[in-house]
Amino acid sequence: MSPLLLLILLPLFASLFIAVGANARRAALGAAFLNLILSIFLFARYDLHAGGWQFVSEWHVVPRLGINLILGADGLTLSMLLLSTLVTFSALWVAPKIEKQEGLYYIALLFISAGVIGAFSSLDVLFLYSFHELALIPTFLLIGIWGSGDRQAAAWKATIYLGTGSFVLLIGLLALYISMPADVRTFDLRQMTDLAANGHWNTSSPVIYLLLLIGFGTLVSLFPFHSWAPPAYASAPAPAAMLHAGVLKKFGLYGLIRIALTLFPPAVHEFFNPLLLILIIGNIGYIGYVTVAQKRLDWTIGYSSVMHMGYIFLGLAAYNLLGLNGAAILMFAHGLSVAAAFALCGEIRQRTGTLDYAELGGLAKSVPVLGLLFGFVAMASVGLPGFANFAGEILVFFGATAALPSTGYLMMITIIIGVWGVVISAIYMLRAYRNIFWGPIAARWESLTDISPTALYSVVLLLIPLMIAGFYPQFILKMVATLIPQ
Amino acid sequence: MNTLLLEFSVVALGVLLLLVDAFNDRTNKNYISYFGALGLAGVLALSFLPQINPLADGPTAAFISIDPGSTFFVRFLLIATIIVVLMTPSFVPVLERYVPAERKGGGVAEFAILPIFSCAGLMWMVRSVDFIMIFVALELATITLYILVTYLRQNQSSLEAGTKYLILGALSTGFLVYGISWIFGVTGTTNLALLPQAIASLPSNALLPLLFGIALIFVALSFKIAAFPFQFWVPDVYQGAPTPVTAYLSVASKAAGFVVLIRLVLVLLQVPVLAPKIMAVIVLLTALTLIFGNFSALPQTNLKRLLGYSSIAHAGYLLMGVASIGSLMAIPAIGFYFAGYLAMTLLAFLVLLVVAENTGGDEISRFNGLSKRSPLLAGAMLLSMASLAGIPFTAGFIGKLLIFYVAIKEGHFGLVVLGCVTVASGFYYYFKVVRAMYWQQPTESTAIPVSLTVKLLIALLGAGILALGIYPAPVLAALALR
Repeated sequence: MSPLLLLILLPLFASLFIAVGANARRAALGAAFLNLILSIFLFARYDLHAGGWQFVSEWHVVPRLGINLILGADGLTLSMLLLSTLVTFSALWVAPKIEKQEGLYYIALLFISAGVIGAFSSLDVLFLYSFHELALIPTFLLIGIWGSGDRQAAAWKATIYLGTGSFVLLIGLLALYISMPADVRTFDLRQMTDLAANGHWNTSSPVIYLLLLIGFGTLVSLFPFHSWAPPAYASAPAPAAMLHAGVLKKFGLYGLIRIALTLFPPAVHEFFNPLLLILIIGNIGYIGYVTVAQKRLDWTIGYSSVMHMGYIFLGLAAYNLLGLNGAAILMFAHGLSVAAAFALCGEIRQRTGTLDYAELGGLAKSVPVLGLLFGFVAMASVGLPGFANFAGEILVFFGATAALPSTGYLMMITIIIGVWGVVISAIYMLRAYRNIFWGPIAARWESLTDISPTALYSVVLLLIPLMIAGFYPQFILKMVATLIPQ
Repeated sequence: MNTLLLEFSVVALGVLLLLVDAFNDRTNKNYISYFGALGLAGVLALSFLPQINPLADGPTAAFISIDPGSTFFVRFLLIATIIVVLMTPSFVPVLERYVPAERKGGGVAEFAILPIFSCAGLMWMVRSVDFIMIFVALELATITLYILVTYLRQNQSSLEAGTKYLILGALSTGFLVYGISWIFGVTGTTNLALLPQAIASLPSNALLPLLFGIALIFVALSFKIAAFPFQFWVPDVYQGAPTPVTAYLSVASKAAGFVVLIRLVLVLLQVPVLAPKIMAVIVLLTALTLIFGNFSALPQTNLKRLLGYSSIAHAGYLLMGVASIGSLMAIPAIGFYFAGYLAMTLLAFLVLLVVAENTGGDEISRFNGLSKRSPLLAGAMLLSMASLAGIPFTAGFIGKLLIFYVAIKEGHFGLVVLGCVTVASGFYYYFKVVRAMYWQQPTESTAIPVSLTVKLLIALLGAGILALGIYPAPVLAALALR
C-alpha cells in the first residue's frame, strides 16, 4: 500500500472507529501519532539526489476524462505533510475535555487533517481540489457547535466564502483543463507541467490565471478576500483554529505554487505582478494596521495570520528561486507558529474566560510557564532570528530585492512596506504580550493553574521544529531547493 | 413483441398486486410494498438481459426507440419507483390519519401500487419517439399522479396541492396537445425522426407557426421538469403532497420530462434555421430557472418546500447540460447528474419522512438537534445536503463538475458565472438544514426510532451517493452513449 494513501486513510479509519463507538480521544490521537511517525519517516526517506516525485502510486477513476487518483510527494509536499501531521497531533493533544458530542468533535478534526494531507499529496489537480473541500463541513460544525463568541455568524461567513472561493477555483481548473489540446487533456500535474514546458500547451490565458488567483487567494485570505478568516479563527475552538490557520490555509499557497506558478508563462506573471503587489500591500500594510487596532488576543492572532500571508505572497510575486524558497520556509514556519499561538490562546481562554486586553494583565505571575511559552511564540511570530520565520522572511526580502530590476517601483514600495510590516507585527505582538502577561495582576487571576503538561508538550512539539528550521534552515531548504523549475 | 415487455410487466405487476390486495384480508398491508419492490427489482433484472432490449424494428419502430440512453432511464425509473414504494410502510401512520377507511389498513395498498402504474407510463414515455405516443404515455403517468397528490383526502393542504396540480397539469397538457397540433399542421408529421426533413422542406413563411408550436411544447415540458416558465406550482404542490409522492414527482417525473426534452432538442438542432433560436431560448430558460430556484430557496423555513425550490434549482443545472448538448459528454453528464440526484433527493425525502412522522412537521426547525436524537438520520441528511450542495466525494459534486465541464466547453460562460453565484447560495440553504441538525438544541431528547427498512434504504442510498462520488467510472461507462 502506498504510504501516502495510508496517511490519508488513517484519520478516516479512526473516524470510522469513533463513529461506531471507540474512545474518541484515544483513537484520534493514535491515528495522528502514527501519521506523525509515518510522515517523519517519509521526510527522512526522500531521495534528495534523485529529486522529483517519489512514493508515486496511481488509481484510475475516470480514465476517459483523464481523472485519476495519483498520490506522490516531492520535497515541498513532504515539508507540508510534516507540518500537517505535526499540527494535527498537537491540535488533538491540546484539545480540552469535550462535554458535548465528543465523538463528532474528533471526527471533524480528523476529517480536516485527512483532507489537507490528501490535498498536499495529490498529483491530480481535481483530487487536490476535492480533498481540500473535505474540510468545509467539519469547519462549519466545529465553529458552529463548539465555537465561542458570535460563532454562528463566523461559521456562516467562513463557509460561504470558502465554498464560493473554491467554486471559482473549480471553474478555473476546468477552464484550464479545457484550454489544453483536446487529445492530451489530463488532470495529471506531471503531464500538465511537461505539456506547458514543452510548449505543446498555450497557457497564456489571463482569465484562467485570475480565476485561480481569486479562488486560491480566497482560501489563503488574500486581501480583499480575507474577511472570513479573523472572525472564524477567533470563534473556532483552539484545535480547529490551529489546523485551519496553520495548515489548511497553506493549501491555497501550495496550489498557487504548484499550478499557477508552474504552468503559466512568465508573461502572465509579469502582467499580473502589479495587481498582486497592490493586494500584498493591502495584506501587509492595511491588515497590519487593522491588527494593531484589535483589542482581543484571538482577533489579533487571526488578523496577524492574514497579514503574514502577505509575506508569503511577496515570495511568490518575486518569481525567483530565492523568493520561492523563502515562501516555502515561511509556509512551514508560519504554520507552526500560528498553531502554537492559537493553542496558547485556547489555554488562556480556558483559564480566564476572556481574551480582552483590558481585563487581562500580569498573568506571568500566576502562570509563568504559559507566559514563557507565549513569549517564545510571540518572538517567533515577529520573526526573531533563531526561529524559522526569520529565515523565511529574510529570504523573501532577498528574493524580492533580486526581482527589483524587472519589476520596478511598485516592488520597491512593497518591500519598504513589508519591512515596516515587521515593525508593525512587533508592535502588536509585544503589546499583546505586555497586556496579558505583564503589569499589575488583578486579584481574580492570582489563583490560576499553570499550563498542563499535555498542553506544554504539544506546544513544545511545535516549537522544536520551528527552532531547528530557524538555526538550520537547510532542514527545509534542501527539501525545497531543487523542486521549482526555473 | 419484446419491445414494450418491460412496461407490460410493470403494468401486470400493478394489476396483480391490486388483485392480491382485494382477495386478502390482512390489515397490515406492508407486504404489498415489499412484493411490489421485489417485482420491480425483477423487472430491473430483466432489463439487463440482452434479448430484452432489441434494436427496435417492425411496426413499432416509428413510435418506440430502444436505445441505450432510454434503457438507462428505464432502469433509473424502476430504481426510483422501488425506493418510493418502500417508503410506504413508514408512511402508514399518516395514511391512517388522513385517509378515511371502513377498516384498518384501507387505502394503504393502493398508495403503494399507484406509483407502479405511473412508473409504467413514464417508462413508456422515455421510450417514445412520436408525439402521439409521448402524449398518451404522459397522460397515463400524470393521471395516476393526480390521484397520488390528493391522496390524503382529509388533509387540507394535500387537497389544495392536488387541485393546483390538477388544474395546472391539465393546462400544461392543453399546451402540449395544442403545440403538437400546430407542428402536425405545419409539417404533416408527429414523428420526431421525420421532423427535420419535414421542416427542411418547408417554405420560409411556415417557420413562425412552427416555432409557435415548439414554444407551446417547451412550456408544457417545463411543467414536467419544474423549470421556468412553468415552475410556480412546484413549491405548493411539493409541500402539500404526501412525502413519498413528492419524492416521486421530483425524481421520476422530472427525469422522464427531461428525456423527452432532450429528444426534441436533439431533433430541432439538426435544422440549421432553427438551431440558434432554440439554443437562445434554452439558455434563457436555464438562466431564469437557476435564478428563480436558487434565490427563492434562500428564505425558506419549511424543508419540503425548500426541497421543492431545490428541485427547480437542479432543473436549472440539468438544463445547463441540455444547453451544452452539442458536446459529446453532455448526455452522459445529464444522465450522471440524474443518477446522483436520485440518490441524494430520495435520501433527503426519506429522512424527512421519518423525522416529520416523529416530530409532527416538515419545518427545518423540527430538525433541531437531530444529531443528538438520531445520529444515523442526521448523518444521512448531512450526506444528502452535502451532495445537493455539490461537495467533493459525493455524487452531486461529480454531477456538477460534468455539467460545468460541458458548459465551459460549449462556451456558455454567462451561465457558468451565474452557476457560481447559485452554487454559493445553495451552500447557504442546504447548510441551514445542517445547522439545525448539529448546532441547535433538540426540544425533546427521546431517540427517534428507525425501522429496518429505512435503515437499509439509508445504507443503500448513502452508499450510492459516496460510490458515485468516489468512483463514478462504472456509471459513466454505462452512459458513454453516442
